[in-house]
Amino acid sequence: MMVNKKGALAFGALLATSALLAGCSGSANPADTAKPGETTEAGSSSENTLVVWVDAERVDALQGAADAYEEKTGIKVDLVGRDNNTIKDDFIQQVPTGKGPDITMGAHDWAGELATNGVVAPLELGDSAADYLDVALKAATYDGTVYLLPYAVENIALLRNADIAPNAATSFDDMIATGTAAGLTQPFVVEQGAEGNPYHLYPFQTAFGAPVFGLDAEGGYDPTKLELGSAGGTEFANWLSAQGKNGTGALNTDIDGAIAKENFLSGKSAYWLTGPWNVGAAVDAGINVAVDAIPSPTANPAQPFAGVKGFFVSSESKNKVAANDFLVNYIGTADVQLELFKAGNVLPALTAAAEEASADPIVAGFAAAGADAVPMPAVPAMGAVWQYWGIAQAEIINGGDPATVWAKLVSDVAAAIK
Amino acid sequence: MTTEAPVEPPVRRTKQQRRAAHIAEHASGSMWAVVAKLALLGIVDAIAVYALIVLIGYQQWGVATLVAAVTILVNWIYFSRGKLPAKYLVPGVIFLLIFQVFVLGYTGYIAFTNQGTGHSLNKDQAISSLMATSLERVEDSATYDVTVVESGAGELGLLVTDPDGDVWVGTNETGLEEVSGATMENGKAVAVDGWTSLKFGDVVNRSDELEALSIPLSDDPNDGALRSPDGSKGYLYTSTLTYDPVADTMTNADGIVFADNGTGSFTADDGSVLVPGWTVGVGFDNFIRAVTDQRLAQPLMYVTAWTFAFAILSVATTFFLGLFLAIVFNDMRMKGRKIYRSLMILPYAVPSFLSALVWAGMMNQSFGFINEVLFGGADIPWLTDPWLAKVSILIVNLWLGFPYMFLVCMGALQSIPEDALEAAKMDGAKPWAIFRLIKLPLLLVSVAPLLIASFAFNFNNFNVIYMLTNGGPRDTAAPIPVGFTDILISMVYKVAFTGQTRDYGLASAYSILIFVIVAVISIIAFRRTKSLEELN
Repeated sequence: MMVNKKGALAFGALLATSALLAGCSGSANPADTAKPGETTEAGSSSENTLVVWVDAERVDALQGAADAYEEKTGIKVDLVGRDNNTIKDDFIQQVPTGKGPDITMGAHDWAGELATNGVVAPLELGDSAADYLDVALKAATYDGTVYLLPYAVENIALLRNADIAPNAATSFDDMIATGTAAGLTQPFVVEQGAEGNPYHLYPFQTAFGAPVFGLDAEGGYDPTKLELGSAGGTEFANWLSAQGKNGTGALNTDIDGAIAKENFLSGKSAYWLTGPWNVGAAVDAGINVAVDAIPSPTANPAQPFAGVKGFFVSSESKNKVAANDFLVNYIGTADVQLELFKAGNVLPALTAAAEEASADPIVAGFAAAGADAVPMPAVPAMGAVWQYWGIAQAEIINGGDPATVWAKLVSDVAAAIK
Repeated sequence: MTTEAPVEPPVRRTKQQRRAAHIAEHASGSMWAVVAKLALLGIVDAIAVYALIVLIGYQQWGVATLVAAVTILVNWIYFSRGKLPAKYLVPGVIFLLIFQVFVLGYTGYIAFTNQGTGHSLNKDQAISSLMATSLERVEDSATYDVTVVESGAGELGLLVTDPDGDVWVGTNETGLEEVSGATMENGKAVAVDGWTSLKFGDVVNRSDELEALSIPLSDDPNDGALRSPDGSKGYLYTSTLTYDPVADTMTNADGIVFADNGTGSFTADDGSVLVPGWTVGVGFDNFIRAVTDQRLAQPLMYVTAWTFAFAILSVATTFFLGLFLAIVFNDMRMKGRKIYRSLMILPYAVPSFLSALVWAGMMNQSFGFINEVLFGGADIPWLTDPWLAKVSILIVNLWLGFPYMFLVCMGALQSIPEDALEAAKMDGAKPWAIFRLIKLPLLLVSVAPLLIASFAFNFNNFNVIYMLTNGGPRDTAAPIPVGFTDILISMVYKVAFTGQTRDYGLASAYSILIFVIVAVISIIAFRRTKSLEELN
């Protein structure tokens, strides 16, 4: 083929112009799917579209519900699969420009950040509020206002290899003793990593009576009441130290998520403290899995964090009426919640659906472990806690002086929140 | 290679002559060229027209004008005769404007604003968001069944069935009035004379009007106003904030006045702030904070020192290893050079993200391949000891970077004239002297600019740091979450983007400062390499 200068140049111009257009569409030209309510005056309901951002892995789960809603009301629900890691940041950045979706799927602990940025609209659950699990309703509420329509509750629990340990452990020490008696060098694994993982250690911390924040009058977390520094916090630090490098070795910062999984799946460990997202892998690996409540190192219950998944409505949505109706009167029904449960296998947030889903022993196990669960704080101050929390726990596990390190953690967090 | 006619001489021609020249040009075989040009420009124009329709639809006049102007310019340039330089330059210039100038300009703009968590909206949006969240449902108030109705005048109203079964109808203007004779369905009034009941689809189409509907229950505002968020249920709300557009202030239920203080939020006299705020320009605040913030200043020093050490050592180690290997594999006595050379390129072929993650796994203290297998179960804290972590980063970056230097040096070595080396040998120079006095200087002439570029790249080599150690091990003594292997760019990332409070303004200010540092070093270095060129 003949090489031609003009042709090549024209092609360059094509590239340049289309790049320019792409650049423009990034800043000024709203993506065509993201402009609902455009036909406001047209009057035909079939032209209405709700744009919903969904974790890419759950698009299929929601598709049925979306189709059914369109059939019922004539309002099209356009599910847009998004990368779960960037969905929150994208939402915060796009809503102010008017380009964001009407609804986004998200986790309840985003609420503080979303509300602080003013990108999320309050939601009125009305009388249906009483139909949700207590923990889900608490999690959906931030600063006295409900922002989230909850659909699933997730918490960690203890997976047990029933072939090695036939009975549920009665306490943390009992668990280690049982595993050791069965000849395992690392009977119990929990995801840590070099920077620690406080989410997975939180049940033990609460067992010592040291939650992160105290509660305010309305039952929400009060960031001014930092309870990390209570007497229980130091006791917990001492216990961490005893289970770490210079103690029993039950906790090890070299064990990250992948190594923990590998140890449990290969039978090197009989117990694995993890969430429902890992059950599939364990079952597929042929492990005889039982799900137990988290064994407490003290006489008090070990309360894990509950993470509640749900949907937020954009504050800039032009379609709030349909968005509210779709969420409160549709996603908030037992049938749809069960449908979502079947696709995701996570405990539904609606009490009626949760009870039905608990027919599955694994789901029931997680539900039982989550009976005492507390919602993960959504207050933005929690961000400051995460920054210092894990690293301090890792240092204690690796032999740092528990009292000193814990005291520094408390003072660092207090300074960062102020 | 081209069939285009040579640039026409600047002589005036008659119309016939020009037509003849035109036909001649076509006849000379550039038919395909013209067809291709027309087709490609046609595609460009088609896209532009589509973009214009969309942009005008969204009333983006500024961008639409820009797109139209650029399209016309592009057409004019490629359809006119001559203008050869422009034909070459236009695509590049357009790319430059979009991907470099615009990005730089926008970063500069953000650096002078307070954009970040709590300041991402504009003021109108912030006010409407504040008003929306200030609505509180009246405690223990009932849920009302509502039907959205339209008056003869086209005004929206609510047909309300209260829990006692009484039926009311009203608009913002009229307030609620009790009515009788409504059509009931399952205990809910669905229609009444004088009003048209709306179907759900029509309600949705008038979302804005329904949102604005707030029917006061009585003259006492504390009783609340009836609103319906979904068109089928109504609730009583009171507002805890009132906005005074004239004074530009917010007043809360306790009578505290929040005024716009000029920094992008409503602030009360006692210092309490309403969130969200909005974006405003803050002048040089971010730059001043970047260098004077107490919490940042302390770690900033050693992070800067390590950044320089990391960039310089990375360039030096990769260059010398690459050079050494290039010399070895350039030697004719070496057998199977081609196989070795291909093997050398291997690290270059694997994405560096992936390599860094694999290395992080291999360097795990208890379970990593290096400790377990290579060192027979040793307990070396590769990534968790402050100094060893730095060494590990340099090792991994050496692994990732030497193939590039190897390729570059191979090329440069082969371009050194053999006769110069022969002459030196004749004069009795030893191999080391030949290398040091002839090969290396000649090599540096062509390689020095690449070394400077490599320095600039490593100065901001976020990937390796982030994937291998994430800046760790953490410096627990520092007041901000910074680690011993953090370089400037990863520290900025942590300060500005981790946690739940983002500060885009500060991050932009930092990136501009880093840009200035790299630019200054590069300029100085390039000046100095000029002296090398005198060797030629």
